[in-house]
Amino acid sequence: MLEVSGLTTRYGAIAALRSASLHVGSGEVVGLIGPNGAGKTTLLGSIAGLLSPDEGSVRFDGADITGAAPEKLLRSGLALVPEHRRIFVDLTVEENLRIGGITVKASERAELLDEMAETFPVLREKWATPAGYLSGGEAQQLAIARALMSRPRLLMMDEPSLGLAPVLVDLVFELIDRLRSQGRTLLVVEQNAHRMLEVADRAYVLRSGEVVTSGTGAELAARDDLFDTFVGGA
Amino acid sequence: MVELAQNLIDGLGRGSIYALLALGVAVVFGVMHLLNFAHGELITVSGYAAFWAITNGWSWWLVVPLIIVVAVLTSLVIERLAFSRVRGASQFTLLLTSFGVHFVVSAIFLLYVSASVKNFARPAWTTQSTWALGPLQIETFDTVVIVVTILTLIGTNLLLQRTMFGLALRAAAADFDTARLMGVRSDTVIRGAFALSGLLAGIAGVFWLMRAGSTTPSAGIDPMLKGVLAALIGGLGSLRGAVLGGFALGLAEVLLRSWLPGSIAGLTEGFVFALIALLFIFRPQGFVSVAHAERV
Repeated sequence: MLEVSGLTTRYGAIAALRSASLHVGSGEVVGLIGPNGAGKTTLLGSIAGLLSPDEGSVRFDGADITGAAPEKLLRSGLALVPEHRRIFVDLTVEENLRIGGITVKASERAELLDEMAETFPVLREKWATPAGYLSGGEAQQLAIARALMSRPRLLMMDEPSLGLAPVLVDLVFELIDRLRSQGRTLLVVEQNAHRMLEVADRAYVLRSGEVVTSGTGAELAARDDLFDTFVGGA
Repeated sequence: MVELAQNLIDGLGRGSIYALLALGVAVVFGVMHLLNFAHGELITVSGYAAFWAITNGWSWWLVVPLIIVVAVLTSLVIERLAFSRVRGASQFTLLLTSFGVHFVVSAIFLLYVSASVKNFARPAWTTQSTWALGPLQIETFDTVVIVVTILTLIGTNLLLQRTMFGLALRAAAADFDTARLMGVRSDTVIRGAFALSGLLAGIAGVFWLMRAGSTTPSAGIDPMLKGVLAALIGGLGSLRGAVLGGFALGLAEVLLRSWLPGSIAGLTEGFVFALIALLFIFRPQGFVSVAHAERV
């Protein structure tokens, strides 16, 4: 479904991402783990059109989408829940969701809103509240629900558990598990490597901008050596 | 007391026009972080269109829609020719570009039309007609300006709150990159902002030109200054603030003019600037402060 090959992205002279390659198949949950500054966010940003890669290619369902604009990528079925959630704090919960569904037809948007209200009861309770008043966990659920409003075929998430209390971290991983059981395709960047490997079908390990290893969640979880160098990974 | 009420109405009338100009400046600033020093050129260009139409015997009833259409089109053309090329550039580049547009538009009229003032007939009711409200004599013109402005503000509010376009505009103003991640098209939202800004300037321009009855190549400076200042006073980026800033500026001008002793009444503008300077010393963010999401 998603095929990334030899992707290099530089900030000035510094290559934050060096010839990274990965693939995500339909219905898979793929994790992207690694320490701080490994280039995980750069990789997602380069796929989603927020950053322009300098070398390499990104193919989505066979079509070359390298360097395409984010609004175009979203229309082809690729959504990103950005780092730090980036919800619109002055807009209400409902308005945030509506924006997420700007690309779908009005009738379908109404259906999706009902669906989100059902899937995320906390959001339904705060439907008309400005999103700035949500707690961290609620805001994360809103960010994910907002991305789901576009009916993406591939959902990418950047650090969904970052900055959340442990009980809410549990909730985020339960949610990832639930999305997996719905047959959705996910590519998730996580610093919380152990938890990610529990829910991922496969994962890639990034370090200093390079993909150093990959394997199934269980294989990687068994490799203690991987975790020694992680900051906050244990 | 009667004089104060009279001044307040006069100030509201003046402030209405400033509010519409400031709102247009704020809408564009919201999506592009561009402080548009070329905003007044929309009135320069529509002023020449009005001059041409009236000279050719058009009635004001036709000139009004002409002014509005010309302002919207000018806004879109300026976006396409100038601002679309500097999207995402630094605020300094954007600022210089808008100054450039201002000078280019002035120069075009200077070179290809005339440096002299072009006068056109104003509708009679804008100068002579008044109506009595108790002891007050209210100008019909002020009344029309205030009513039309209120209707325009209500309409703009509905557009922003109730339509997907309005929602996209608000989301893009809050966090442009994230809005694009949600599928908001940057072209649509930026051109839409310029069209809305042109529409508001067009409505303000109708009143401005009815009051002025003339245009010159540099006619855009005054409305631009009022709009930009009012947007700054209100708090740049805040639409509500821009409207408040417009009314505050109009009221300050009228009240100061009536309170200052006759010998220094000519310095009203200077006193208004001094007041604005004072405001910025104590509240540099303007009336309403806006938190901007960092752009990546």
